[in-house]
Amino acid sequence: MADLAPRTRRPLHGTWHTPYAAVIGSRIRAQRSYRASFLLDLFGSLLVGLTEFAEVWVIFHNVQVLGGLDFNAILLVFGLSNLAFSLADLLVGHIDGLPTFVRMGTLDAFYLRPQPVLAQLMTCEFSLRRLSRIGVAATALVAGLVRCDVDWSLATRAMLPMAIVFGTAIFAGLFVCAASLQFFLINGAELTNSFTYGGSYASSQPASIFPTPLKMIFGYLVPVAFTAYLPTLAILDLPGPAGLPTWLAWLLPLAAAWVWALALTLWRWGTRHYQGGGG
Amino acid sequence: MRPDLSAYWQLTRAGFRKQANYRLAMLAGLTTNVVFGFIRAAILFAAVAAAGGELSGYDQDGISAYVWLSQGLLGAVELGFAPSEIGDRIKNGDIAIDFTRPVDVQATYLAADLGRAAYTFIPRGLPSVLVGALTVGLTMPETALPYLLGVVSIVLAVTVSFLCRYAVNVLGFWLVETRGVRSLYGVTATFLAGLYVPVHIFPGWLSALAHATPFPSILQSPIDVLSGRVTGWDSVQLLVIQAFWVLVIGALGRVLTTAGRRKLEVQGG
Repeated sequence: MADLAPRTRRPLHGTWHTPYAAVIGSRIRAQRSYRASFLLDLFGSLLVGLTEFAEVWVIFHNVQVLGGLDFNAILLVFGLSNLAFSLADLLVGHIDGLPTFVRMGTLDAFYLRPQPVLAQLMTCEFSLRRLSRIGVAATALVAGLVRCDVDWSLATRAMLPMAIVFGTAIFAGLFVCAASLQFFLINGAELTNSFTYGGSYASSQPASIFPTPLKMIFGYLVPVAFTAYLPTLAILDLPGPAGLPTWLAWLLPLAAAWVWALALTLWRWGTRHYQGGGG
Repeated sequence: MRPDLSAYWQLTRAGFRKQANYRLAMLAGLTTNVVFGFIRAAILFAAVAAAGGELSGYDQDGISAYVWLSQGLLGAVELGFAPSEIGDRIKNGDIAIDFTRPVDVQATYLAADLGRAAYTFIPRGLPSVLVGALTVGLTMPETALPYLLGVVSIVLAVTVSFLCRYAVNVLGFWLVETRGVRSLYGVTATFLAGLYVPVHIFPGWLSALAHATPFPSILQSPIDVLSGRVTGWDSVQLLVIQAFWVLVIGALGRVLTTAGRRKLEVQGG
């Protein structure tokens, strides 16, 4: 474990965010101090991004159009979905490790500090290695925007940042939902992968290919279609499939609000249920 | 000091029973398996349809069999970033105790892993295939031979997968932290084994690259044999290739273990 920031750099009277900044800063310095291991991690994360892209590419090596979108449009979907997911993963993905915190008793320490437990958990790690996956996603997004020859209308210029910000919020909210359920599951941690990683996987595909039940689930219940597919339809001005009209994309903030309402309710429920790890 | 095989058989049974205790984990694994199965099936169905109803020898029922058999096998072959007991024991020094036992270290862990894998078919493997058969439908062979060869192929696949993970984990004798290499292994193996898209639809150069590695033997081969995509002499050929990788990766693991043992230094007492 790395020490906190040296005393001279830490103000005695901070604002509310001082402790969070100190922890994140220490995590970043800790990762950079093991250079070889850090480079290997960066490379591993790059490979994750590249193989995910390769899956899409292999399919388009065999077909021209999938679910009404061509390869250029899929670059947009893939880029937006992966950018939002990997940003959320960077910010809060580590709360996945909650079962370990519970088992080791580390979580109890978080309860004792005068800060919200969720805020502490979110800021207790900052995995820089995820930056390389963000790089792959951003590259795909830019390539998609260039190759699709998008019309830089007001709508496009508004939709793009909206998709990135609220898409990240949707995935971050799903991570919090997953962590909340861990209070009840402990040994069944893998269950929540079905909507976090499953949601991420589904969001990188054109939702038009899904059978109706999946379309409804990923369109409305776990609204990952809002992170990439719907914004892409809006940017390229394409019609949506039955049940997912293109104008829905403008309700992105509402979809993010729904996920976060669910996340915070589950979190309250989970933290109240928690009785301590014992020991 | 050669132990009789019954010691290993006991370890296999213990591995089976140990796994049987994690009921909730198995249910969770099954749910996630099924959700991913539906997403993958939707993608590959759309791809087959877009290719005009046939894609590299797969029609809709064929690709469905591929998706659900691979989801069913996933629990047994443990592709991906799996934590490994042996890796932890090398890190904390407990491996020294394993070396003092009158059984072979690699064979001990293989025996236990075969037991673990066998159990996963009850709560994860068969239900996954059943869900696929009941919801979207899949074609399976109607004669006994593909199933018999299929069982042999699955045992070989689980063995290849274990031996690969073993070889990666014993690198811990030299590296302090194996997380980096294990994750590199997981990503590469998952993709080249044909989990997300079958190796048969890879472009030529990528397919050649995959076949130069043991990974298709972990997933694509048992599925090909079991689903009847390959039959007769061709299936036997696939089994021979799997056996070849068992020997090669097994030998590699043994060389690494012997070399690592000489290097091993455990502090404290």
